[in-house]
Amino acid sequence: MSLLSLKTMQTQIGQYAVLHDVTMDVPQGGVFVLLGRNGAGKTTTLRSIMGLWKPSPGSVTFRGQDITGLHTADIARLGIAFVPENMGIFGGLTVEENLILATAKGTFDPDRLQRVYRLFPALETFWTKQAWSLSGGQKQMLSVARAIIEPRELILIDEPTKGLAPSIIDAMAEAFREIAEHATILLVEQNFEFAKSLGRDMAVIDDGRIVHRGTMADFVVDKALQDRLLSLSA
Amino acid sequence: MTDTDTQGGRIVKLAVLVIAALLLFAPFLFQDIRSLEVAARICVFIVLVASYDLLIGYTGIVSFAHTMFFGFGAYGAAISLKQMGPGWDAVIVGAVAGIAVSVVIAIAIGLLSLRVKAIFFAMITLAAASVAMVLASQLSHFTGGEDGITYRTPDIFKTATKLMVNDEGKVARLFGVKLNGKLAAYYFVFASSLILFTVILRLVGSPIGTVLKAIRENEARAEAIGYRVVAYRTFVFCFAVVIASLAGTIYAIWLKYTGPDTALSFTIMIDILLMVVIGGMGTMWGVVIGATLLVLAQYYLRDLMGSAAEALSDLPLLPYVLDPDRWLFWLGIIFILLVYFFPKGIAGTIAARGSRA
Repeated sequence: MSLLSLKTMQTQIGQYAVLHDVTMDVPQGGVFVLLGRNGAGKTTTLRSIMGLWKPSPGSVTFRGQDITGLHTADIARLGIAFVPENMGIFGGLTVEENLILATAKGTFDPDRLQRVYRLFPALETFWTKQAWSLSGGQKQMLSVARAIIEPRELILIDEPTKGLAPSIIDAMAEAFREIAEHATILLVEQNFEFAKSLGRDMAVIDDGRIVHRGTMADFVVDKALQDRLLSLSA
Repeated sequence: MTDTDTQGGRIVKLAVLVIAALLLFAPFLFQDIRSLEVAARICVFIVLVASYDLLIGYTGIVSFAHTMFFGFGAYGAAISLKQMGPGWDAVIVGAVAGIAVSVVIAIAIGLLSLRVKAIFFAMITLAAASVAMVLASQLSHFTGGEDGITYRTPDIFKTATKLMVNDEGKVARLFGVKLNGKLAAYYFVFASSLILFTVILRLVGSPIGTVLKAIRENEARAEAIGYRVVAYRTFVFCFAVVIASLAGTIYAIWLKYTGPDTALSFTIMIDILLMVVIGGMGTMWGVVIGATLLVLAQYYLRDLMGSAAEALSDLPLLPYVLDPDRWLFWLGIIFILLVYFFPKGIAGTIAARGSRA
């Protein structure tokens, strides 16, 4: 059974139908990559899973439980973390406060905190700094750290490499590989090089519809398919 | 490093400590009735404005009904003291009644409108406050109408009450200050305000306070990490109105009079807003500074201008410009200058400047 299952999901924002038919299964473990051009509906898919936009019709099933229509906070508490595109941190709060917000009991599990420090040493250095004062890469680290400070089964990550320096992207890739040993990552990404280094399974979305599903290994070798589904001129 | 850990933050904290010390020893430092009146008003308004800052500064909720809840507490105490007589039982009944009415109305307003846009919530609270004003005026057999209610408070607060007597049987003095009921009333106001302010500080410093700040920054993000924004907003709204209601009860006991002007007027609401803006939104230290400065300006700016006009009486135009009758004009000018030079309020701006130093 897949961890997350989307069935004929359609999402309308205001007058505009953004998702027309999103159907895909995200298996347990590893990194599942959702690729697509700008405006294809990648972010809307993640936000619909989180209940930030309500899909109608269609359904979202997590661990076999229908979570369509559940409140966003309840979806988060089921064990789904969301790392939004714009580094969804709270700038007016310190690094510590940002992380403590994501804990269930308001206290840190020492082992998980050490893991965060190991993955993102900068966060320990700037522990008491307000988050707005961090660099772009550090903000992204904080955003990801918030998703893993508590045990989560599924982590939705939206374009984590956007605007980051290559060295930070490499560090981020390393971190994601380790995170994927303990949780499932649904990664939305336009940086194909980054995505193919991480993904095991993948799907491509175009114009609000899933137009391809398969393994990343197969997709990487099929240049014609990549050109057809991802190139800007297509 | 957070703002309060900076050099500027330490200056702000020091200023607050000085204000607290002045308020603690006010009866001994300023031995006239008016000064005591000012000190008591500052104490009550620190609590009232702090509870409002929980809404506007910490959670991003704009309410225009805060004075209404202050009024419920004041009228609760006033009506029960009038009906039941000047006992502590009446004070407790009045306080509880004020809290009960406040919470019921806050829950109704909160659940109905805290999920809608901020502007609609603000409009609903404005309407509720207007209705309360009209009701206070119309239900005159109950509220005293426009004249308000005058009543007696527990005997310990009567000016004639001797807390301690000397060898001659007269009221004892400490550093020249009579140990009488007026002194007891002031310290009742001071202690009650200090307790309520400490409770607010505890809330702000708790994990709930962090969640409130997160909600203020971005509701959707707060929900996406598992917090039900409407539930938290309703909780903080109820908490703030309970504090406002208790502040009303304390003020009613101090004044021994409750009327629309002292407990429900929109002027009070504007004062609260000005105090929050002057001190700095989202900072409890700023609340203390804002409330103190505005109350002092309201009471002493006229006097100051009168003295200045008199001192400059030989010069052309200046005595006319500084005429005490124009004190509101100058208060407005001071407010504009404060907003210009301290865009985050006095405490917020000084703390932030310190962090860059």
